[in-house]
Amino acid sequence: MERVVFKRPKYMKPVPFHYCPGCGHSIIHRLVAEVIEELGIGEKTIGVPPAGCAVLAYDYFDIDMGESPHGRGAAVATGIKRVLPDRIVFSYQGDGDIAAIGTAETVHAANRGENITVIFVNNGCYGMTGGQMAPTTPLGQDSTTTPGGRDSKRDGSPIDLSEILGMTRGAVYLERTAVNSVKNIRQTKKAITKAFQTQIEGRGFSLVEILSPCPTNWKMSPVEACKWIDETIIRTFPLKVIKDERD
Amino acid sequence: MRGSRIIGEAAIRAGCRFYAGYPITPQNEIPEFMSAAMAKLKDGIFIQAESELAAINMVLGASMTGARAMTSSSSPGISLKQEGISFLAAAELPAVIVNTMRGGPGLGNIAPSQGDYFQATRGGGHGDYRTIVLAPGYGQELADLTGKAFEYADRYRTPVIILADGMISQMMEPVILPDPVNPGELPPRPWILDGAKDRRSRIIKSLILNTVTMEEHNWKLARKYNSIAREIPRAETYMTEDARLVVIAYGTAARIAKGGIKRAREMGLKVGLFRPVTLWPFPGHALSEMSRLIKEFLVFEMNTGQMREDVQLVLGERSNLNFYGRPGGIISTPDEISRVISSIYYRRHLEED
Repeated sequence: MERVVFKRPKYMKPVPFHYCPGCGHSIIHRLVAEVIEELGIGEKTIGVPPAGCAVLAYDYFDIDMGESPHGRGAAVATGIKRVLPDRIVFSYQGDGDIAAIGTAETVHAANRGENITVIFVNNGCYGMTGGQMAPTTPLGQDSTTTPGGRDSKRDGSPIDLSEILGMTRGAVYLERTAVNSVKNIRQTKKAITKAFQTQIEGRGFSLVEILSPCPTNWKMSPVEACKWIDETIIRTFPLKVIKDERD
Repeated sequence: MRGSRIIGEAAIRAGCRFYAGYPITPQNEIPEFMSAAMAKLKDGIFIQAESELAAINMVLGASMTGARAMTSSSSPGISLKQEGISFLAAAELPAVIVNTMRGGPGLGNIAPSQGDYFQATRGGGHGDYRTIVLAPGYGQELADLTGKAFEYADRYRTPVIILADGMISQMMEPVILPDPVNPGELPPRPWILDGAKDRRSRIIKSLILNTVTMEEHNWKLARKYNSIAREIPRAETYMTEDARLVVIAYGTAARIAKGGIKRAREMGLKVGLFRPVTLWPFPGHALSEMSRLIKEFLVFEMNTGQMREDVQLVLGERSNLNFYGRPGGIISTPDEISRVISSIYYRRHLEED
C-alpha cells in the first residue's frame, strides 16, 4: 500500500524556489506554510513580504500577500490587522529589513502590542544586495562592507533586536531558533506554531527570530554554513525563548 | 467650523474609517479630531504612529483591505511619506493624504505657504507616477473636495493629495456637510486582501523585475493618468468675462487675490481670477481657451514661482505672463495684490481701448 510521507504544503504554490542552494528561506517558507495548514487558517491569513531576498515570497505562498516597502512590514501588517482583526496577519522580514531600516516600525508595533506575527529571518548579512554588513553581522565576520571582518569600534556591534523587543510591554511571545539542523528545524516549527497561536488567541505581538544560513554571501558550502551557525552565530545570538507571556 | 475639522468631518462622512498620523504643526487639529471621531464609531480606527513613515505604511496596509484610509501631515512630514505614496501609486491603491503646507524648505516655519506645489504635482516620490492634487479655496470646498478625494482615490485606485495650508485649515467658516456614506455600501473592490476564502489568492505588490512587464505597467499607469487628465480638471473663474488682466492663483492665494481683484474693480480696472481647483491634473484646457481672449496674466503664489511653470506651458508665447510671489509664510493682503494688479495694468496700458 502506498503511503504519502512528504508532500507540498497546501498553501505553497507548485513552483520551484529561486533561493540559493543551502539558503534557509526555502525551509522557513515551508515551515510557515505547514503551520498555516495545520492551524487551518490558510483562508484567513494575509502575509506581508519584505524587500530583501524574500521579496518574492508571494510567488510561493498560496495565500493573500501584500508587499511592504523596505522595513515597514510591521506598519503595513498593523494597517491590515486593525481593519480585519479576525484575520491572521504576519510579516516576513530579514535582518536588514527589520533590525536596521525598520527598527522603529518593529519596536513600536511590538510596544503597542499589535496582534500580529513576525517571522524574522536572521542570516547576518544583506543577502539580496550582495552580502553587505547587516545590523546582525557577528563581530569578526566578513562582509562586502567590513573589510577584515566586522570591527566593533569601526562598525558597531550586532544588535540584539529580539532582546530589545523583549523589553517592550506589548510583546507577548518571542523566541529565537535556527534552521541549521533537523532538531533546530523542528524547534523552529514549534515556535512558529506558538507565535501564530498567540495571535489566534488575541494575545498580542509575537515574533520568531530564525538564524538562517546564507552560504552564498558567507562564501561557504551549505554544510559549512550550518556549522558556522552552531560555532559562531549562536554565540552571538543564543537560541532561547526570549519572552513568553502567553498566560 | 474650523478648516481642519471640516476635513476630518468630511472624511468620516465619506466613509473613511482608518486614520494614521503623526503630530506636526500646523495640522495637529486633524489627528486630534480624528482620534475623537473614530473613537465614536464602532468600526473607526485611529493610530498615532511612531513616525510619518509608519503612518503612511499603515495606510498602505489598510488600503490593501479596501478600507477608505487617510493620513495627514505638513510639508516636512509629507516629504517623509513620499516612500509610501510612491508604493501606493505603483500598487494602484487608493488613499487620501492631506498636506497642510508650511514655509520651507527644511524645517522652515509653521506659517501658510504653497512651497510644495512641485512636490505634490510632480509625483513627489521616486518613479514615473502622478498624484491627483486638489486645492480647496474655502471652507465649503474643504468639505466637498475631501469627499471628492475619496471618490477619485477609489475610482482611479491612486493616492490623492489635498493641498491646504495653515490659513485655510485654521480658519472658521460656515459649511454644509455632505450626507454620510456607509462604508459597507461602497462598490465592491474585487482586488482587496481579506484572506483567500473560496477564491484564488491575491498579491498586491509593486516589484516588477521583468523590464518588459515593468514597462507595460508604467504605460498602464500613464494611460490611467491620461484619463484622469481628461476627466477631472477643474477651475473656477471670477469676473473674467470682460477682464483684460486675469490673476491665476489657487487655495489661500486665490482668496487673497479675490480681495485684491475686488479692490481693483472698484478702481475701474477690468481684472478677473482663474483659480485651479485641481492642481494635477492642471486645468490647462480651460486656461488655454481663456488665453484666446486675454493677453495679460498674473500668477500669484505663496512661493517663488512653481505653478507659474505649468501656466507658462499652457500659455506659450500667446499671452504675457507676470509673476508675484510671497514665499516663507508671508501672507499678502488684498491691498498689496491690488497694487500689484494696478501696477501691471497701467505699465501694460491695459486701460487703453
